Amino acid sequence: MTQICTMIPVAKEVGSLRAIAAGGIVSPTGNPELSPEKEKQFRRELVLRALQTLQQEV
Amino acid sequence: MSQKIRVVHYLNQFFAQIGGEDKGDVGPTVKAGVIGAGRALQQALGEDAEVVATIFCGDNFFAEQQEQAINELLRHVAEYKAELLIAGPAFESGRYGVACGAICQAAQDKLRVASVAGMDEDNVGAALYRKHIYIVNSGATIARMVPTLQRMAALGLKLARRDAIGKPADEGYLSRGIKRNELAAKQPAERAVDMLLAKLAGKEFHSEIATPKFAGGKAAAPLGDLRSAVIALVTDGGLVVEGNPDKIEPGRPTRFTTIPIHNVNTLAADKYDAVHSGYDTASANLDPNRLVPLDTMRELAREGVIGSVHEFIHSTGGAHAAVDNAVQIGRQIADQLKAAGVTGVILTST
Repeated sequence: MTQICTMIPVAKEVGSLRAIAAGGIVSPTGNPELSPEKEKQFRRELVLRALQTLQQEV
Repeated sequence: MSQKIRVVHYLNQFFAQIGGEDKGDVGPTVKAGVIGAGRALQQALGEDAEVVATIFCGDNFFAEQQEQAINELLRHVAEYKAELLIAGPAFESGRYGVACGAICQAAQDKLRVASVAGMDEDNVGAALYRKHIYIVNSGATIARMVPTLQRMAALGLKLARRDAIGKPADEGYLSRGIKRNELAAKQPAERAVDMLLAKLAGKEFHSEIATPKFAGGKAAAPLGDLRSAVIALVTDGGLVVEGNPDKIEPGRPTRFTTIPIHNVNTLAADKYDAVHSGYDTASANLDPNRLVPLDTMRELAREGVIGSVHEFIHSTGGAHAAVDNAVQIGRQIADQLKAAGVTGVILTST
């Protein structure tokens, strides 16, 4: 499991072993400030990073 | 004191000097007087109390036939008119620790007999029974047998006499999670500064707030080829089907929802909602893919980057979650995902 979240220290404290930084508290896999195209690109890169993290040794 | 307090001591087959693992099947038994470490217990109890009998049972017997073991052992406790039951210490032995916890709780609840168990803080029996009974932390090894029995005896005598019991740190038992109001001589700000000064000076101090301990888990092995992976999406951000048919709570969750996404390519704003009392859900409601990235995952599956997306999204509203409930919810979701053959999970958290 990879956790996409904003408060990484909290995730680590409760034992989350694969955690990566999210787009923000209210939109973990988005960013309302970006244009729709750029937001989709941001989400794709974030999800790809989450998938790569699944493949890493912890 | 006119009459001595009557004490019964519980041991497993090993400490009752019957034998090791090969004697784990020995059934519930009673003997008058002390056995083994019971002598140190008698010494710790002093003149006011007497160990009138020792009860014991094999660890395997107790684990496999707990109800029968408890019933028979309680019968002996009652026969000997015990006013105090001392169980263990079991140190880090799991089955023995659970047996100590179970017999103490039963004696306390069914016979109203004061009870104290001893075991290591990390013994599984401590996690199971610390809220119900008094458990003295014995540490993991037998090295602390005598001091542990002394603490158990002191606490047990107080309980048997119905004396007031002090705080866990003062009496030496594991915190039971009970809160009690008390008047403090100093204001909170002064107490906080005192603690800080003590900390800076390297002196001992006791926080007034117990922080919960999280057990943590083992990391799953790295995922091999993504192209054959089945990836599930999970969130604690409160994603629901419009109308929240499973009625998950927006905070203090006790349950989760499973959202079917077979043939769903994107999370449309008019079909899904976010229900969560801990963050502003407006931007997730405008585009729920910001909360759970289903559109991207479908794209990656179409392109062959990943094998497939699991056909359900699991979701709960993780605001102000009680740790016990959160563990329960997590375990249930994990069990379902495992049973469905999911090989990887992306969890999004708000």
